[in-house]
Amino acid sequence: MKISVSNLTKKYGSQRAVDNISFEVQTGEVLGFLGPNGAGKTTTMKIITCYMAPSDGDVKVGDYSILENPEEVKKNIGYLPENNPLYEDMPVLEYLEYVAELQGVPKEKIQERVAEMVVLTGLNVEKHKKIGELSKGYRQRVGLAQAMIHDPEILILDEPTTGLDPNQIIEIRKLIRELGRSKTVILSTHILSEVEATCDRILIINEGKIVADGTADVLKQQAAGEEMLRVQIADAANSDEVVSSLMELEKVIMVDPIKELENGFMINCKESAETRKEIFKLCVSKNWVLTQMTPIETKLEDIFRELTTN
Amino acid sequence: MDKVWTISKRELRSFFDSLIAYILIIVFLGLSGFFTWLYGSDVFFVGQATLQPFFSIAYWTLFFFIPALTMRMISDEKKTGTIELLFTKPITDWQLILGKFLASLELIAIALLFSLPYYISVWMIGPIDHGAVWCGYFGMILMSMALIGIGLFASSITSNQIVAFLLSLFIGVFFLIIFDVLANSFTGVTGQFFSYLSLSNHYSSISRGVIDSRDLIYFLSIAFFGLFLAQTVLSKRNIVE
Repeated sequence: MKISVSNLTKKYGSQRAVDNISFEVQTGEVLGFLGPNGAGKTTTMKIITCYMAPSDGDVKVGDYSILENPEEVKKNIGYLPENNPLYEDMPVLEYLEYVAELQGVPKEKIQERVAEMVVLTGLNVEKHKKIGELSKGYRQRVGLAQAMIHDPEILILDEPTTGLDPNQIIEIRKLIRELGRSKTVILSTHILSEVEATCDRILIINEGKIVADGTADVLKQQAAGEEMLRVQIADAANSDEVVSSLMELEKVIMVDPIKELENGFMINCKESAETRKEIFKLCVSKNWVLTQMTPIETKLEDIFRELTTN
Repeated sequence: MDKVWTISKRELRSFFDSLIAYILIIVFLGLSGFFTWLYGSDVFFVGQATLQPFFSIAYWTLFFFIPALTMRMISDEKKTGTIELLFTKPITDWQLILGKFLASLELIAIALLFSLPYYISVWMIGPIDHGAVWCGYFGMILMSMALIGIGLFASSITSNQIVAFLLSLFIGVFFLIIFDVLANSFTGVTGQFFSYLSLSNHYSSISRGVIDSRDLIYFLSIAFFGLFLAQTVLSKRNIVE
């Protein structure tokens, strides 16, 4: 099921938490929602899940609009809210049955679905405990289980892996990837490696506006324009000469000696493939020995920082 | 309707899980039993087989207990954020509120059910006016509906249980006492108006055994108005500015 967000705006007083954003998510796509705190990720998710109305714009889930058919929209969405609110006084199984009933899972299927979810999220050991007695990781699993209980077409997960240990994080990411094959998933997170590991597409949002949209690779290339190379050149007479000759190369922008690495240089350049050849030729002609040359990949962290700090 | 039952089932269960239900039933029966059998104008003092002492005490115990039942129903969901779960499930605000209303009413009905032994024992003692007793119970239920409506409204406008409790007591005091006082201090149309608003007038006429449609409409409309306001408060989030 497809989600189309069009010209969505949400105002709190005079502040625009979400400012006229539009995007689409296709079936079978896992969309990662990135952004600093207060960027509008959670607000956007709350609007898609019909928790609050937008100030302007509309969201269509499949053929249903959140403004006209909220009930139909809600039936097709599984939602894990930000801080995962749960009824502390209910046992896990009872809670899952309750949510299944509210979601309109047919009576005869409820037990089956609950059992499936317990296995899927690894809650078997804790299933008879009250939710209030569970650790944060298990509570998070309960939150995920309740989101998926009615086998929704769309999953909206607000920071799904907070509070989980590294093993659980890997399991949950795997689960999200698997679900993402047949379902539409939107997840928000602060953890950039998580987006790279789980998402097909990344949406970076800052101050209520979309600042980047694309796959991790595309984003990297966009930001890439400039690339970094790490080289080590032995047998050179002195490093100043190396720096000045490297600077003469056409595509090289900056050369910095690396303090920690003897005869090492950090080269900031355009089109690294071409530059690498040039550097090699230069070394040959000058009789230097090139002992190391590593292209340094632009990290998602850098892109994120660049796009979201003013 | 299924969803309403689902919600009310959970709420009722949480009353019993959190001891609220047991405390309510025990204190309700204890207090009303004490005044029915042992103290003041009890059955033996009056010298009549009547449940009138029971009803007049139950009237006040419910006045305090119902706000205590309803105070957390919506405010707590707001505070813990579970309201977000409910709002994002395919249920309407009305289903949510009716579910909670029903759960409170069910608990009151259970408490009243446990008071049936009083009825039976008084019946053993002497000739009892069965009609008046059943009307008394019916009046209790109607009054509970009105108070639950007020309580849910109070609970819907705050995330603080104490505020909800005090507010519903405050509104309740108007219906139980202040309108009555005003009715006595005014004459003519104003007096009649306040007299109509006074809950105790309608309650006493029902508990005497007279079921008038005006009394029914009175209680049901307070209940409905309370629930309607609560629903309005909750649905405010849907307003597109």
